[in-house]
Amino acid sequence: MKYLCLIYEDERDLHALSESEWNGVVGECLAANDEFRRSGHVLASEALQSVHTATTVRVRNGRLAATDGPFAETKEQLGGFYLIEARDLNDAIQVAARIPSARRGCVEVRPVRELRQDEPGAGRR
Amino acid sequence: MSEGAPDRMRERVEAVYRSDSRRVLATLIRLLGDFDLAEEALHDAFTAAAERWPRDGALANPRAWLVSAGRFRAIDRMRRRARFDASLAELATRLDGEAGDAMEWESEEVEDDRLRLIFTCCHPALPPDAQVALTLREVCGLTTEEIAHAFLTAAPTAAQRIVRAKAKIRDARIPYEVPSRAELPGRLDTVLHVVYLVFNEGYSASSGASLTRHDLSGEAIRLGRLLVELLPEPEALGLLALMLLQESRRAARSSPTGELVLLGDQDRSLWNRERIAEGLALVERALGSRRFGPYTLQAAIAAVHAEASNAAATDWAQIVGLYDILARADPSPVIELNRAAAVAMRDGAAAGLELIDAILARGDLEDYHLAHSARADLCRRLGRTAEARASYERALRLTRQEPERRFLERRLRELSD
Repeated sequence: MKYLCLIYEDERDLHALSESEWNGVVGECLAANDEFRRSGHVLASEALQSVHTATTVRVRNGRLAATDGPFAETKEQLGGFYLIEARDLNDAIQVAARIPSARRGCVEVRPVRELRQDEPGAGRR
Repeated sequence: MSEGAPDRMRERVEAVYRSDSRRVLATLIRLLGDFDLAEEALHDAFTAAAERWPRDGALANPRAWLVSAGRFRAIDRMRRRARFDASLAELATRLDGEAGDAMEWESEEVEDDRLRLIFTCCHPALPPDAQVALTLREVCGLTTEEIAHAFLTAAPTAAQRIVRAKAKIRDARIPYEVPSRAELPGRLDTVLHVVYLVFNEGYSASSGASLTRHDLSGEAIRLGRLLVELLPEPEALGLLALMLLQESRRAARSSPTGELVLLGDQDRSLWNRERIAEGLALVERALGSRRFGPYTLQAAIAAVHAEASNAAATDWAQIVGLYDILARADPSPVIELNRAAAVAMRDGAAAGLELIDAILARGDLEDYHLAHSARADLCRRLGRTAEARASYERALRLTRQEPERRFLERRLRELSD
């Protein structure tokens, strides 16, 4: 089953890091990424640029509206993601716990929903 | 078959339902991979038993018969529904093929099913109120109405919690398994917490007129026994001991008119000696493991009280010592408050008051009624009547429990005399 691990961290903490601390964080993330690829869990993974670079797009009544930033101000911001293949939620939780950012911010683990046209409503049944 | 035999078999079906329906359900969930399917199958199996057992006579292994009947009927149901949903046909065929190997009765697999069920219902990915509701529903077999009544919520609210929890188990794929050794300590904590929540809800109802709701405490103790039987970890022993020792004082902690009686004023001849003996033995086993934690330490404190023949004979020095260890193992302002009350008994009211004032000055426990009633009590003993009155009044404003309100009002009246 596929799970998306969304990584949230307080960007101000990351901005406050010294150069050597920052290099340590990056090294840790790259090492974790290598480990997950070796264990066969990772399907895709990326880190994101700062939330200040974000643009929110909406289309209402056929009109495009692009605005600055995410839709809500929060203490922690989405900083990256892993799309993983895991046996079940326990397996996914174990992977999420090994993402270095889990020790500073948090990781939201969401099962991926396979959209099918013949399946209306929220649940499977 | 003699006259009356069918009646006896009907009684037997009912008896087996009471003793084994949860075990059968636990195994059916593993075999069918779905809570709702398993519940339907359980129902079908007992319906079939009510028809067949009176006719066919005694069975060697009724539990095996029920699992097999339930599984058979679930597959049958799936085949019928498969006309509308093709994926069910595959599932039915797969389940049918898995027949033999999954059906070994007295194997460890089957024994583990009940633990699987407990750990799944208490999965930390489920919200705490849903963990409690699901555990009472699936492990204890309470109806949704009983759960709603016990927690003073509306039945649809309780039902919705259970439905959502089952949907999350299915959709997020929470596995039906006992956690690995590495995950066990954290996962067991969640299970023990759920059991203790159930116990406390029964022991000191957080609001409402009745001081205790007996059924929930009884269910929690049954759950505690089941855990100790299936997974005798030191903290599981400690929690069961704690519940038994607290429960042993039930008859003494309220007067015949429903008034609250504090530990020091209780008639100790009303304490249940059987529960105390069982609790004490469990505390010793847990302490002997040297891997004990907060539940065992709280049970050890309860044990010191249980061993004192009267309030004056209480070994307060030992209780303070145990609180010192507990405060290091599981630091919390409530434990500090309890330690302060024990210090007041060991070293005098002034020493305890100093500690309580320090906790309140930090802003912790400002809205906790027991902190203010404990402070009031020490002020009263020191003859600081005005302060005592102010703190009792503060506590009175914060408590929602009827017997506690009456107790505080009584104390306030006594101060005026």
